[in-house]
Amino acid sequence: MEERANILIIDDEKVIIDSIAKIVDLEGYSYDYALDFQSALEKIFSNYYNLIICDIMLPARDGFQILYELESKRIETPVIITTGYSTIENAVKSLYLGAIDYIPKPFSIDEMISVIKRGMRYSEMICQKKKNKNNLLLVPCPAKYYRLGYSCWMNKEHDGSVILGATDFFIKTIEPILNIELMNVTDTLAQAMPSVKFSTKDGLAHQMFAAISGKIIARNEKLIGNSELIEKDPYFEGWIYKIIPSELEYEMKQLIPCSSDR
Amino acid sequence: MLRKIGLKLILAVSITAILIIGVYSYFNIKSQSEVLLAEVERHANQLIETVKNSTRYAMLLNQREHTLEIINTIGKDPAIKDIRILNKEGEIIYSPRKEDIGKMLDIQAQSCYACHAENKPLEKLAIKERTRIFREHPDSSRILGIVNPIYNEQSCYEADCHAHPKNVKVLGVLDVTISLKEVEKQIYKNEIREAVFTIIAITSIGFIIGFFVKRWVDRPVKELVKATEQVASGNLNFKISELGNDELGSLAKSFNNMTKKLDETSQQLYQSTKMASLGQLAAGVAHEINNPLTGVLTYSSFLLKRAKDNPQLQEDLSVIVRETIRSREIVKGLLDFARQSTPKKSLIDINEIINRAIAVVNNQLKINRISLQKNFDLELPKITADANQIQQVFLNLFMNSIDAIGFNGGTLKVKTAQIDLSPKGITQIKNALCPKTHNLIDQENKIGGMPSIRLKIKSNCNEGFVYLDPVYGKSRHFGGFSIDRNTAHNISCPTCNVSLIDKNEKCPKCGGAIYKIQVPEQGFIEGCASFKDDWQRWKFIDSLGEKKFVEIEISDSGCGIPQENIYKIFEPFFSTKGQRGTGLGLSIVWGIIDNHKGTISVESEVGKGTTFTIRLPQEESTDNI
Repeated sequence: MEERANILIIDDEKVIIDSIAKIVDLEGYSYDYALDFQSALEKIFSNYYNLIICDIMLPARDGFQILYELESKRIETPVIITTGYSTIENAVKSLYLGAIDYIPKPFSIDEMISVIKRGMRYSEMICQKKKNKNNLLLVPCPAKYYRLGYSCWMNKEHDGSVILGATDFFIKTIEPILNIELMNVTDTLAQAMPSVKFSTKDGLAHQMFAAISGKIIARNEKLIGNSELIEKDPYFEGWIYKIIPSELEYEMKQLIPCSSDR
Repeated sequence: MLRKIGLKLILAVSITAILIIGVYSYFNIKSQSEVLLAEVERHANQLIETVKNSTRYAMLLNQREHTLEIINTIGKDPAIKDIRILNKEGEIIYSPRKEDIGKMLDIQAQSCYACHAENKPLEKLAIKERTRIFREHPDSSRILGIVNPIYNEQSCYEADCHAHPKNVKVLGVLDVTISLKEVEKQIYKNEIREAVFTIIAITSIGFIIGFFVKRWVDRPVKELVKATEQVASGNLNFKISELGNDELGSLAKSFNNMTKKLDETSQQLYQSTKMASLGQLAAGVAHEINNPLTGVLTYSSFLLKRAKDNPQLQEDLSVIVRETIRSREIVKGLLDFARQSTPKKSLIDINEIINRAIAVVNNQLKINRISLQKNFDLELPKITADANQIQQVFLNLFMNSIDAIGFNGGTLKVKTAQIDLSPKGITQIKNALCPKTHNLIDQENKIGGMPSIRLKIKSNCNEGFVYLDPVYGKSRHFGGFSIDRNTAHNISCPTCNVSLIDKNEKCPKCGGAIYKIQVPEQGFIEGCASFKDDWQRWKFIDSLGEKKFVEIEISDSGCGIPQENIYKIFEPFFSTKGQRGTGLGLSIVWGIIDNHKGTISVESEVGKGTTFTIRLPQEESTDNI
């Protein structure tokens, strides 16, 4: 056993903890777990974890409360929210409250590994930042953009359409991209549902959410076979979809303005 | 005994008939008898005058045998009981009965009474007073007696016999008595006839009235009573058969209408509560199942990874993984149903949404040889709704129609229209201010899931709060303490205590005080401040008139839904499609329409087809107000 655990798993069901633990083991990380809100908080406050994987439905208080606590204590540990009550509302709310990712139950091993990898990478970046005492090595999102959680952004065009893309955060937390799998024009996107699949060098597939719902009217064909574009310039040249939003005003409320990041 | 309205009516009519016919018959018999008697009297008078004239000559000649002969002959007539001539002293001079001749009559006798009643003999007797009706014995038939005085004349006292002196005025009296036996018989016969007629008339009136009362009142009333009993016992499908066009007929019609409405409402209510609880259940179940599924999926995937060198095992394990993932999709469907999400609303054009849904199923329509008939109201206003959800509704309904029609071809009709419905009971009060513009809306105390209006109430020594139902006209208010409905209350703003009572107006229902609350830009809400009744008025909303709805009708010529299934179709997991369906489609439709504050109803006939009618509010007043 290592001195300290990398990952804290919070869930009220042992079988879930065991399942996640197996995956965590597989990737060579160590873990700790908590079965309820109170013991989870104690562990968070007394230890340092790289990553927290937290269920929403906990006895007494829910996973959102964990996010509130972390925010109020200014603890930067990234949190991945997982839940069996896998609604879009829960996903959106988790991301709005500061979770770096959201993964509905039941998840496959590969899905979980991708999410954990991204989280661990982000954790490393935070460590580096602390060591170097400088800012995160991330290109911030342009001020007029809005983002859903940390991974995807949207920008309103003058003609009423909306451009979607991946944040530098997302790109930096995954290995070099080998392939980008896009949805087709005229397909419909739903907020907080997978919209793009990035296959990376380490053999993983990463799903990126759509920031808002709508019908795809164009996609950035340049990205196909030229994935460096998105790595170089994720906010302008590396845009992904152009869509006609279906519930723009409603869904914008769930997004975080990028101007608040500065 | 008189518990039946029919019997009461028959009794009332019969009593009236008995009274009227009885009184009429009585007077009829009386007048008939009088006429008969008068006729007999006139006849008797005529007779006696004739007798007097016939004997006159014989008397003047003093031919006593001759006179007696005439009297005898007349006396033989059976109708004439007695005929006699008396002299001034009361001695019977002529009579057909020989033994009577020479007898003296008592002055009190019936024949003398008319003139000698007051001791002093009258010399003249009016014709009317000459007759009298009497009985010889109490049980014998009546007799008509008639007297005719024989006056002294010149020819009498100048006759050769010198039997009468000149100074005597009345010489004697002709007295005839006639039996009234025949007349009485006649009168009796009349009475009997009249009585029989009366009885027949009354009985027939009774029967006729009875017949019609039974037909027009009894039977319909019985039918109505039966119907109310049925409805009271919970059978809302009971229908009264046609009862004609009168008031009872229209009562029956409106009764049928009422039970139909009641049935629909209770079904909606039933559905509503059931859906809500089922939604929660489904969400709970989904959550519970997702956790064990996570275990199964992870562990089986692990085994799959570890079984790389055993293809046989790998194959089996991949089935487990595949089926677990399938279970995951089923649960996802459950959660879609359970999602009580706030619809993501924007202004949408229903016609366009329907067209989008049609575009999705168009190929399917062609394959199944279904002809589509669109009857769109092109003026249809845009409504605030969740485009995706509404499209889902149409898609589900279209897919059901296509399945119902099958591969033998048919028609699918889609119709859109605008309709108006009354605003009371559906409009939510979203803003309420006191005169000093303090907000009265209370987010913590909700009525029917909506924030209530909190007012301070003071009655007697008690002080507390009353929470008004935010739905205009619904009046499901509740008080923080029990409100005495018979005393005057002071109602005020909980923040600044300024009174909300409008002193210039009275409650039109109970005459008590009313409260008046300002709704920004939408006038005032007024209501009964004693809470004795549910009077409420919102002139602004009333003036807007009926609320507008968009109505969408989707009819197919498919196989139809059997009556026993019609209320089950919106229930989750109810499916007739067997393996092909999850039984969630229509319950999702129902949930979406309910979320949009709309209604959905269905009419269907097996073998003929099914029609779904959806009504969506044109402006979601509860959101805009």
